[in-house]
Amino acid sequence: MTPAPDPGAPLALRERAEGLAAPLPALLAAARHLAAAVQTGGHGRRRPGPGAEFWQYRVALAGDEARRIDWRRSARSDLAFVREQEWQAVQTVQIWADGAASMAYRSSADGQTKAGRARLLALATAILLERAGERVGLADGSLAPRSGPAQVARLAEALTRPAAAEDYAAPRAEALAGGARALFLSDFLAGWEGIERTVLAATDRGVTGVLLQVLDPAEEEFPFAGRAIFESMGGSLRHETKEAAGLRARYRERFAARRDQLRGLARLTGWTFGTHRTDHGAQGALLWLHQALGPRR
Amino acid sequence: MSGLLPAVGFASPWLLWGLVLLPLVWLLLRVLPPAPVLRRFPGVALLLGLADRDAASVRTPPWLLALRLGALALAILGFAGPILNPSGHAPGQGPLLILADASWADGDRWPRLRERLLAEAGAAAAAGRPLALVSLTGTEGAPRPEFGPAAPVLARLGALEPAAWAPPEARMAALAAALPGGRFETLWQSDGLGRAGRGALLAALAAHGPVRVLQSGAGLLALTAPTLAADGVATRLLRPAGGGAEQAALAAFGPDPAGIERELARQPVALPAGATDLAVTLALPPELRNRMTRIEVAGRASAGAVVLADDALRRRKVGIVEAQAPREGLELLSPAHYLRQALKPGADLVEGTLADILPAAPQVIILADVARLPDGEQAALTRWVGKGGLLVRFAGPRLAASVEPGAAATDPLLPVALRPGDRALGGSMSWETPRRLAPFAATSPFAGLPVPADVTVRTQVLAEPGPGLAARTIASLEDGTPLVTEAGVGAGRVVLFHVTASADWSNLPLSGLFVKMLDRLAASSLPGQDSAADMAGTVWTAERQMDAYGGLQPAEGLAGVPGDRLARGEVGPDMPPGLYRSGERRVSLNVLPANARLTPARWPASVTVETGEGGAERALKGIVLALALGLLAVEGLATLLVTGRIAPRRRVAPALVPLAAALLIGLGAPPHPARAANDAATDERLIASAGGMVLAHVLTGDADLDRRAEAGLAGLSMVLTQRTSVEPGPPVGVDPEKDDLSVYTFLYWPVSAAEPMPSAAAYRQLNLFLHTGGLILFDTRDGDGAQAPGTSPEALRLQELAAPLDIPPLAPIPHDHVLTRAFYLIDGFPGRYEGNPVWAEAPPPDAEQAAGMPFRNLNDGVTPVVIGGNDWATAWAVDQDGNPAFPVGRGVAGERQREMAFRFGVNLVMHVLTGNYKSDQVHVPALLERLGQ
Repeated sequence: MTPAPDPGAPLALRERAEGLAAPLPALLAAARHLAAAVQTGGHGRRRPGPGAEFWQYRVALAGDEARRIDWRRSARSDLAFVREQEWQAVQTVQIWADGAASMAYRSSADGQTKAGRARLLALATAILLERAGERVGLADGSLAPRSGPAQVARLAEALTRPAAAEDYAAPRAEALAGGARALFLSDFLAGWEGIERTVLAATDRGVTGVLLQVLDPAEEEFPFAGRAIFESMGGSLRHETKEAAGLRARYRERFAARRDQLRGLARLTGWTFGTHRTDHGAQGALLWLHQALGPRR
Repeated sequence: MSGLLPAVGFASPWLLWGLVLLPLVWLLLRVLPPAPVLRRFPGVALLLGLADRDAASVRTPPWLLALRLGALALAILGFAGPILNPSGHAPGQGPLLILADASWADGDRWPRLRERLLAEAGAAAAAGRPLALVSLTGTEGAPRPEFGPAAPVLARLGALEPAAWAPPEARMAALAAALPGGRFETLWQSDGLGRAGRGALLAALAAHGPVRVLQSGAGLLALTAPTLAADGVATRLLRPAGGGAEQAALAAFGPDPAGIERELARQPVALPAGATDLAVTLALPPELRNRMTRIEVAGRASAGAVVLADDALRRRKVGIVEAQAPREGLELLSPAHYLRQALKPGADLVEGTLADILPAAPQVIILADVARLPDGEQAALTRWVGKGGLLVRFAGPRLAASVEPGAAATDPLLPVALRPGDRALGGSMSWETPRRLAPFAATSPFAGLPVPADVTVRTQVLAEPGPGLAARTIASLEDGTPLVTEAGVGAGRVVLFHVTASADWSNLPLSGLFVKMLDRLAASSLPGQDSAADMAGTVWTAERQMDAYGGLQPAEGLAGVPGDRLARGEVGPDMPPGLYRSGERRVSLNVLPANARLTPARWPASVTVETGEGGAERALKGIVLALALGLLAVEGLATLLVTGRIAPRRRVAPALVPLAAALLIGLGAPPHPARAANDAATDERLIASAGGMVLAHVLTGDADLDRRAEAGLAGLSMVLTQRTSVEPGPPVGVDPEKDDLSVYTFLYWPVSAAEPMPSAAAYRQLNLFLHTGGLILFDTRDGDGAQAPGTSPEALRLQELAAPLDIPPLAPIPHDHVLTRAFYLIDGFPGRYEGNPVWAEAPPPDAEQAAGMPFRNLNDGVTPVVIGGNDWATAWAVDQDGNPAFPVGRGVAGERQREMAFRFGVNLVMHVLTGNYKSDQVHVPALLERLGQ
């Protein structure tokens, strides 16, 4: 096994060394490593259906098309048999990893940016899904859902493409296919209307999915004090305070309110809502995602 | 200014008004909010519209405010130029004359004084003032101060040493006459003692400008020239002004019998408050007094605190004149013999006729039963007594016979008139019994001497009764008969013992009282100093010269001193204190004569007097400003911290807390518990080791090697348990540095090339281990044939390691060594390797194989060491399940080799435990043969 590319560990060093020109393999490797920890089984439904795997021979019944009769098997007996495959459902999962400037934030020098974590989680989830034979694509339509290992590479490339310059981004769901599943990875600090509109629109199209709020610990705790001017990452928003510590309680209130909104939205639409902090391990988040995106029973 | 706090002054005090501004600054600082920090923070989206509620929080924290104000205040103080120990005078103008007393009284504190003077001169030089320096105790010619550049004056000041005398009056007068014209300032370093002639000089100086006096008289202690007292040496402890009560100690120094200078006696002295003059008597037995060379006030390095002893305190010269030359073989009948024995320890004896003795100028002359002297000698003796000599006469048959009725008045050398003939007490023809002595009267020179009861007088000469007899009697018998009489003749005295100096008439000369009486007479009779008249006309040369610090230096370049001047005792540049010699006579000249007094100097009110005790002036500006800067730096850091521009690393803080706690706990609680636990563990292991047989290996510091050794010994222990009655416990790793080896019998020592040398203590323990029957198996583990034996790094290291061990000569184990048959019969000692020689104690060279015996009777004990390189531990090593841990050889042959290795191990342990028991088997054939009969 390759050495553990734990984010922020030796690999991070190598990542920096190779520069922006080649983040792709690193992200891929990290995502693969992350995904390797999650066991994926066969995706069979344990019942006959469309699929590649053999399931059973059964006696041909009236109504079965003649071309479906397995002649080789039928020749060995008097009855005609039909070869049935196991039903293998293929899901389409479309991912949107927030690439706005706000995601580039990290509060400690040795931590990971939210964007980095979101990309990592997105790609690792994609690998898991690909391994399970699902089709993975991007929700903004820049990459149509497909299956196969090559899609992971394409996905990685698309994810590491330079992000838009906007400060905050609402999820985009233009390309969401009906009945697909969606995974939105963002800090969800953008305007509430955009988020709500997107999710409701997606739900209207029969899409359910997962909202994972990726946050920096500082955003949750607001550990600042003293006189400060807070500026958004792009510089579009600015707020000056004489005593940052005095804002802490109210900031947290607002923060909790935003989270409640998201939770409420998820409850309303049947989506799944989760949070993740960049100072926590990615493994837990991936496991949670794997479970949340798994087949609904 | 208080005495505790050092005085602080300011160079520019007006700057201190800046401190008034501090409250204003305080107000300003208080309302000025810190500059905001720009933070990039995505969460700002949630902050929009939140107003600050708490306006007070923008205020600067009080401690930061205090810090800033402190820094500012310090800066103001610093720029005001604080000065420690300010001299308290405005800087003078014009030339500066430095006048130094530099007398004997300054010796004690001269380094500080000179430093102070140098500081003053340096300050004046820095101000560009011309300087001149005059030492009032200087030895150069008449002082002619001339103002000039500072450098030579500073150099002279740096080399200026105090002299052991006081400033002579003549020199002061000369200086007053030779003062340069114009105005100048004078800095007078005074020793603080009053003396004549100073006023005139001061007036002359004051005429030219201001006079400052730097005075340091406090705390001075001085001694006067010592004089002889009845039971020691008397001197006077002086100080110039009556201060508080003071404790001092006088110490007498002199050579011990080996000639080495030692402290002979020490006497604490308590000076009462206000006292300036205290008589002190150092109680010294004559023997010590004779050796004493000087008395010091302990801990005072000043010429005034040291007085020298001379002949006046030393041995007396005693002349003994006997009536007839002693006959050979009749020593005990000779009076001179008793006198000699009594006087020898404390006096120089001169014997011979009076004509021989008188020129030697003895202080005491003893006439033992000499009745008549030739006329010329009689006259010379009378003159000698008249000049202060002490004549002691003893009665005897001749004296008794010589007395004619009415002749007493004519003999001036007898204290009383004698009656003709003698008086016998207790003889065979007498009714009277021998008489004992009466106690001495208080006025007698013998007062206080105990009178032994067994001293009796059988015969004596009797004095004519007369009106003066009682006054002249200084000792009498119990019936009041005078025994010793005394009379003054001129300056001297004549003493008559009415008995003989031999044991003929009484047993007094046999008693200790006799010795003490003679000592008292000799000590009390002499004048302390030779009078001026005595010394007139003699010339004395200085032998040793005293410096101002009380040390004796060789006297060089000093002219001879006339005796009368020496007798006056005024020390000066041409007659420094010290030891003077004229012919055979030696006289000490001390700084202060016996009748000296010290008075404090008195200065008119117009003169500034500084004590100079507080130390030199020192500018504090730099220090204070540096402090202010430091505070500002701290303030800067604190500001950054408060405004949040730097944040204490959150990861550091939690790490620091336990660290600090551990430090606190470590400081607070003594580290005994851990050590106690350690000791307990060691004890437990020792008890386990001592309770049974345990194989031990030396810890080498190489973890892998130690593990192998332990596994090897575990394997050997297992085999021993299975096959023999030896059942060792689990093997133990020992460190000879720390562990007690006395409980082990067998040590396996795998040698590693990197092994550190044990300490000397460890070697002591190892040698004890070897001497008391232990065995060390050294294993260099190099027997794989890769290198010649003894050349591997391990083998070389072993040579170094074993060098300090007490090991007998070694030899390869012979085929008939008891090791080959202690349990198994083996012919090799394989381990993991095979075939290398294994060494043990060499067999005695005279070992012979007895006829019919299979083995020689070789070693009578256990070989202390076995040395080899076969890596036994690896062959013995087993894992936890008892399976071999390392491969040995190949296949069956390898297993066979391992078995042989185990057998060697078993034999070795058996040999350790049973010694040469198996060697005794050599007698088995003989025993069997005897049994068969």
